[in-house]
Amino acid sequence: MQHLSKLSFFMRKVAVLLAFVGMSGFSFANEEKEFNVSEMIMHHIKDAHEWHLFGPEHGGTSIYLPIILMDNGLKTFSSKHFYHGEAVEVAGKEQGSTLHYVKGVGPAAGYAMYHEEIYKLNEAGELHFDGEHPHNATPLDFSITKNVMSLLMGALLVLVIMFSVAKFYRKNGAVAPKGLAKFFEPIIVMVRDDIAKANINEHKYEKYVPYLLTIFFFIWFNNMLGLVPFLPGGANLTGNITVTLFLAVCTLLVTLFSGNKNYWGHIFWMPGVPVPMKFFMMPIEIIGIFTKPFALMIRLFANITAGHIIVLALISIIFVNKSPYWAGLSVPMALFISILEVLVAFLQGFLFAMLSALFIGAAVEEAHH
Amino acid sequence: MDLILPDLGLLFWTGIVFCLLLFLLAKFAWKPILNAVNAREQKIADALELAVKTQAEMKTLKAENDQILKEARAERDSILKEAKEAANHMIEEAKSKSKVEAQKIVESARLNINSEKAAAIAEIKTHVATLAVEIAEKVVRGELASDEKQKALAEKLAGDIQMN
Repeated sequence: MQHLSKLSFFMRKVAVLLAFVGMSGFSFANEEKEFNVSEMIMHHIKDAHEWHLFGPEHGGTSIYLPIILMDNGLKTFSSKHFYHGEAVEVAGKEQGSTLHYVKGVGPAAGYAMYHEEIYKLNEAGELHFDGEHPHNATPLDFSITKNVMSLLMGALLVLVIMFSVAKFYRKNGAVAPKGLAKFFEPIIVMVRDDIAKANINEHKYEKYVPYLLTIFFFIWFNNMLGLVPFLPGGANLTGNITVTLFLAVCTLLVTLFSGNKNYWGHIFWMPGVPVPMKFFMMPIEIIGIFTKPFALMIRLFANITAGHIIVLALISIIFVNKSPYWAGLSVPMALFISILEVLVAFLQGFLFAMLSALFIGAAVEEAHH
Repeated sequence: MDLILPDLGLLFWTGIVFCLLLFLLAKFAWKPILNAVNAREQKIADALELAVKTQAEMKTLKAENDQILKEARAERDSILKEAKEAANHMIEEAKSKSKVEAQKIVESARLNINSEKAAAIAEIKTHVATLAVEIAEKVVRGELASDEKQKALAEKLAGDIQMN
């Protein structure tokens, strides 16, 4: 009896949903758009000027983050002036497609936001689209975006935790660690011994330990924050190419400035090979300087972004099928991937620091023949 | 496409935040933490080294103790031996001394006995002589009780003298 009533409830729900989908074509066109998985996922893994907390995408509760523009002087205002701005709908190039953007109001007047990107309006007061991309000029955007906010919180978290660990040692001296220090000390020692000491010359590694520790904890903590689906997590910071680019460039610079005669010798005049080979090896080695950090950048970006995409895609199963019963499949799978991502969060931080140490180690290695 | 294109604003903020984080952590977190960890590791290494050293010292100390014990035992044995010898010697001496003494005592006793015997004999002799004189007196008195007897005796005596 119970089952029957449940089933009938389910059937009714499916019927309502189907009717809803059927009607959405005309009567609910604005409120109930067709669920677009790739659009939703891209929206979630990309940066934003608001921090959406709960509620529907439009009209839900959000934190409006500050917009900072460099465009004939510094202009700062809340992103609310975009999100509560004037919505514009223009016809796309393809038949039947529409493009949506918002014109800013109040202090944001003269600017428009399209796919979280801020453009200057042209003389006609609109965005000029060529295909899917506007051709308008862009101001320099130094806004505190969702990723910047997440970056600040992540950095603050690392600082607070590590300062309290440091405080323990400052207070108690060289004793057996307790509490937070007990948890983090093995990890710090692991970075020092298994990452720095294992890959860098024993007499030179100490100088690089602070950098490797910072890289490791920065990536690990921000990876973990990215896995939290609500504030203070939810941003895809370490899956953002800009962040991974910056970290990879840091490692590149540290490597280049650490490079000794032996390192540069191996790049420009490979010892132990015939002279023609030396000429042949030079460009390969020069390219190699850049491919190594490039691989670092791509690896971290792709791993973290892929993790977010998989979790979002699995959750999307429910909305694609328009039935909460699909949660029975979707939620366990998303949970499994999330747990896997906890491992990946650590692993990617470890790998980034490990490979950085490996590159630095190769740069400071002394000749041995 | 903009997923894989770097964003200037985020790059700017990441640069500032990361550099600041690196500076603050290196100065106020990693340095004290690593110093403390290194100091503790040094302490542990020192303690372990000390333990090994102490163990070696204990070993030599034990060997020394054994040596001393051995020597003491040997000394004790020798002392015991000497004492036994001394005791034996003393006993021997005492025995021989006592023998001599006993002999002396026996000798002196014999001498005493002999002298006592001689004295007794001498006394007996004196007694006997006195008795003999007394008897002789009595006999003489009896002999001399009458004239005839006196005469007979005188004759006899004279006869003895003549005979001599």
